[in-house]
Amino acid sequence: MKVFQKTKMLTDAHLHYCPGCTHGIVHRLVAESIEELGLQEKSIGIAPVGCAVFAYDYFNCDMQEAAHGRAPAVATGIKRCLPDRLVFVYQGDGDLASIGMAETVHAAARGEKITIIFINNSIYGMTGGQMAPTTLIGQKATTCQNGRDPAVNGYPIRVCELLATLDAPYYIERVSTHDVKHVLAAKKAIKKALQFQAEGRGYTFVEVLVSCPTNWHMRPVDALRFMGEECTKTFPLGVFRDKSEGKQ
Amino acid sequence: MSKILLHGTEAICEGAIRNGCRAFFGYPITPQNEVPEYMSVKMPQIGGVFVQAESEVAAINMVYGAAGAGIRAMTSSSSPGVSLKQEGISYIACARIPCVIVNIMRAGPGLGGIQPAQGDYFQATKGGGHGDYHLIVLAPSSVQEACDYTYRAFDLADRYRVPAMILADGMIGQLMEPVELPPMRDLKEIPEKDWATSGHYGAARRVLNSLIIQPDELEPHVNEMQRTYEEIYRNERRAVEYCTEDAEIVLTAYGTVARIVKSAVNELRKQGVKAGCVRPITLYPFPDDTYAACAARPNTKAFLSVELSLGQMVEDVKLAVNGKKPVYFYGRTGGNVPEESEIVAAAKKALAQAEAEK
Repeated sequence: MKVFQKTKMLTDAHLHYCPGCTHGIVHRLVAESIEELGLQEKSIGIAPVGCAVFAYDYFNCDMQEAAHGRAPAVATGIKRCLPDRLVFVYQGDGDLASIGMAETVHAAARGEKITIIFINNSIYGMTGGQMAPTTLIGQKATTCQNGRDPAVNGYPIRVCELLATLDAPYYIERVSTHDVKHVLAAKKAIKKALQFQAEGRGYTFVEVLVSCPTNWHMRPVDALRFMGEECTKTFPLGVFRDKSEGKQ
Repeated sequence: MSKILLHGTEAICEGAIRNGCRAFFGYPITPQNEVPEYMSVKMPQIGGVFVQAESEVAAINMVYGAAGAGIRAMTSSSSPGVSLKQEGISYIACARIPCVIVNIMRAGPGLGGIQPAQGDYFQATKGGGHGDYHLIVLAPSSVQEACDYTYRAFDLADRYRVPAMILADGMIGQLMEPVELPPMRDLKEIPEKDWATSGHYGAARRVLNSLIIQPDELEPHVNEMQRTYEEIYRNERRAVEYCTEDAEIVLTAYGTVARIVKSAVNELRKQGVKAGCVRPITLYPFPDDTYAACAARPNTKAFLSVELSLGQMVEDVKLAVNGKKPVYFYGRTGGNVPEESEIVAAAKKALAQAEAEK
């Protein structure tokens, strides 16, 4: 009989995430995938600045903590020097799509053989709920208190679609964590991305929609419903690039 | 070993390569473009890594990653680009990742100009980015030294786990001189880094981090860094003295200017003025002991700091001399380099002023 166990790829450190946040789920999906692929001992992770800033305490492998937005550059430095290691990057939307957009686009354009896990919760969580590059039209944040107004704040950035305009990326998919079915699909995508990297195929990118009940000012269940019903409208789920299946 | 004719930037690259540098990340900016160009050819030939980064910011963070994974890594830039790197350098200093940063200084502030200058002295020696930290800063004055100091910078950085900077002005970068290259170092000789995040293969996991959120943990960490700087100060101060033994006026300069100052000292001596000079090799740690020794000599009447800036190193000279003798300043900026005759005149003026103020 198989009994559920916590993956060895996570340390026993107590997660600092708010109740109802689905960051923890994504941590587990990444960690389980690496363990199942047997890559734990050759993994090097890069933590971002933002809610996942303490990820270096949670992933049970060598970790570097990067400056805000710079994780893909840090990963480039490691992976180019140690091409046989598994190098994964974990970044939020402010880190990846705002301050780190240059590093994001160029690592993808160069086709760095790394895996980027992009957490999109449409908000700056760690700093207390400011508008993110992915905040939905009409969504309230502490720096757009009447809701995001396109005339003032512009429109949310769809990163998967943007990266899919580049030639080099091997695999780009957007998944969600708003219910069990989608969590399982997210696991599949993350594992696939890591597997592709391990096989040396190229740049892999998985965007994961995550809830932020604290800064969305919602009960966790309502936040999950909001993700499934609203976030997925602006950020449609799907595979944007999979060269293994000829999807360009 | 025979000498070969090399460009200053090439000498820097060879110094790095010959002491195990196997990763270079750079971005174009004048007057240092020959460094990334040379590395883009050489690195693939020796099994190293070259990446032209999308920005100076990305380049220094690639160094963070590579050097953090245990590889000897380097980036180079010129003044405005080095300003962009400061965020990364602060993180690197706090995470205690050894690496080498080259600054071929051009005239500032702002976009400034592309001619030689030394206006980044404060930035290089006082930290540069946010927080309490220092770099080891070496200032070559010839193409040979550009090679030798870059070679040495990698050993110093590794020994103390402190990033090192080669602070050269555009003149050193663009000069061609005969150089005797050091032999290629066997990578196996380089001590292993038991802190490197290189994929731990079953060993205890390693973390490189500059976030230390508890004050009672951050304070001891920064104090520990400070103790390292004190150790570096005790062990690594270097300066070259020339004719200081009986000098009445002690001139001081680093980099290109030190060469002109040396000629000026010879000219002053020819004219009957007892002049000498001190050339710091390490700008951090600053060789205050050499200045203090000169200041203590009864024959020394005054100091004159000559710089391609409006007076930066002179502050450290004053601290080192500690009021024992007057310290004067002569500088040019904007990319202009002083003539020997200007320095001779400035030295005579300083000496006369010192006599008058007695």
